[in-house]
Amino acid sequence: MADPNDNNAIITVDLTKHFDQVTALDRLSLKVRSGLIFGLLGPNGAGKSTTIKILTTLLDASSGSATIAGFDVAKSPIEVRRRIGYVPQLLSADGALTAIENLNLSARLYGLHGGELKVRVSEALSFSGLDTVANKPVKTYSGGMIRRLEIAQATLHYPEVLFLDEPTIGLDPVARKTVWERLKDLRRSRRTTILITTHDMEEVDVLCDELAILDRGRLAVTGSPGELKSRLGAQASLDDVFVHFSGSVMEREGNYRQIRENRSAIHRLE
Amino acid sequence: MLRFARESLAIASAEMHKLVRDPTEMFSRAIQPVLWLAIFGQVFSRVRGIPTGNLNYLDYMAPGILAQSILFSAIFYGIAVIWERDLGIVHKLLVTPAHRSALIGGKALAAGLRGLVQAIVVYGVAVILKVNIRWEFLPILTAAAGVFIGSGVFSTFSLLIASIVKTRERFMGIGQVLTMPLFFASNAIYPLELMPDWLKSIAIFNPLTYLVDVLRGSMIVGGVSTFPVITSFGVMGLVFLILLALASKIYPGLAR
Ligand SMILES: Nc1ncnc2c1ncn2[C@@H]1O[C@H](COP(=O)(O)OP(=O)(O)O)[C@@H](O)[C@H]1O
Ligand SMILES: [Mg+2]
Repeated sequence: MADPNDNNAIITVDLTKHFDQVTALDRLSLKVRSGLIFGLLGPNGAGKSTTIKILTTLLDASSGSATIAGFDVAKSPIEVRRRIGYVPQLLSADGALTAIENLNLSARLYGLHGGELKVRVSEALSFSGLDTVANKPVKTYSGGMIRRLEIAQATLHYPEVLFLDEPTIGLDPVARKTVWERLKDLRRSRRTTILITTHDMEEVDVLCDELAILDRGRLAVTGSPGELKSRLGAQASLDDVFVHFSGSVMEREGNYRQIRENRSAIHRLE
Repeated sequence: MLRFARESLAIASAEMHKLVRDPTEMFSRAIQPVLWLAIFGQVFSRVRGIPTGNLNYLDYMAPGILAQSILFSAIFYGIAVIWERDLGIVHKLLVTPAHRSALIGGKALAAGLRGLVQAIVVYGVAVILKVNIRWEFLPILTAAAGVFIGSGVFSTFSLLIASIVKTRERFMGIGQVLTMPLFFASNAIYPLELMPDWLKSIAIFNPLTYLVDVLRGSMIVGGVSTFPVITSFGVMGLVFLILLALASKIYPGLAR
């Protein structure tokens, strides 16, 4: 068992994605060690969501390869799906269903049934702190409650790797903290490898063990937050790191497509 | 196989929960056949413009309107899928290891059950309008089976189209363009024999024709099917399997 990949939950090699004219991802090579919370940063349009969609088998790469928990995303998508959880940027919990119904649906699609399903669902309810509202339709929940439910839904099957795309976008500060707590809890109690995309520097400071900055589809830099800060001198903040390596300020607006995605992500939580 | 069944049931039961919680959509769609039967049917049975053998026109038309209500409400499934895509629900389903065909099959199963509820409504309206319903066990079972599988066919068709066009605007446009011809190029409100040859040859390939034909032979007293029931179910079953296979290939593209 001296497989050198054993310590890496995610490996990408020259991962590339073209959409018609746009090169969304340009030869991305990354390694994410098991058990870490890894932040994928970059301004709007940098290719963060594209990366996640390829790694979760939703999108085929144009070239290059990616391995999750030892399985190639293109060659063994089902093996990969068994081992990952994914919380999309948009709303993935069904507002017309209750928390229990949402959890039951996911659990059954992950192949759980019988007594085990019941145990996992009730565990997920207390994990997300939704026991008391478990039988209310999700559309009555606050943004933070929905996010916690979505994380619980995506981890019912104890995935080795969890992907979250902009998990706290549009959440108020208190709700954000409750989401962060859940993610730290997963890292601690199950040693889940977690990859999040974000452009929130506070989130990176609080959560991430390592990070990579993407700029227009290319990897600009990778390292721990501490390393990257010290490369810019003693006084540097993560904001400085971001500006330095992505060559952009955080609020770069992005095109219509991204603005629409972000707005609807925020809107849905209101 | 067992896993496929479990996954389909998971999807179908979620759909059923939604339906029970908010049945308004379904009932508002049931209003349409009421109008067709009550107005169009009443007028045409006075005119006697369409030769329907020894059936009065309202009786003749009732199975066609039941089939129509199944066809028209299938549009709902395409819209719902586009809605689920815009939110991110489709993405959530597609990252699970569940069979892609079970994700679609589950929706078809839900559509089948929904179709049965609609059938009860249409039967009810037909009774009020004094349509001569055939109250016998086997014919009712046959009609129910037809409604069930027909709902599966048209909802899967709708889901397939939605997976191809991906946006609400395009889907609404195409939905209208496809459903009206499907309706008129069928035996729903006039017999095949009355059609010009070109229309008849289209109607023969239209699954709605077979649904109507099954219902006409089973729903009303004195109604006769043109095709053997086995043929009609065979055609609908085959069409369903083809649509299921196509949709299983194309639906995952919604998450891109
Ligand atoms: N389905 C798509 N079709 C066409 N272009 C796309 C599609 N998805 C993403 N893009 C483009 O690819 C680039 C990267 O997008 P994305 O990965 O969503 O960025 P991020 O998540 O970092 O904001 C952008 O220029 C975006 O417009
Ligand atoms: Mg994004």
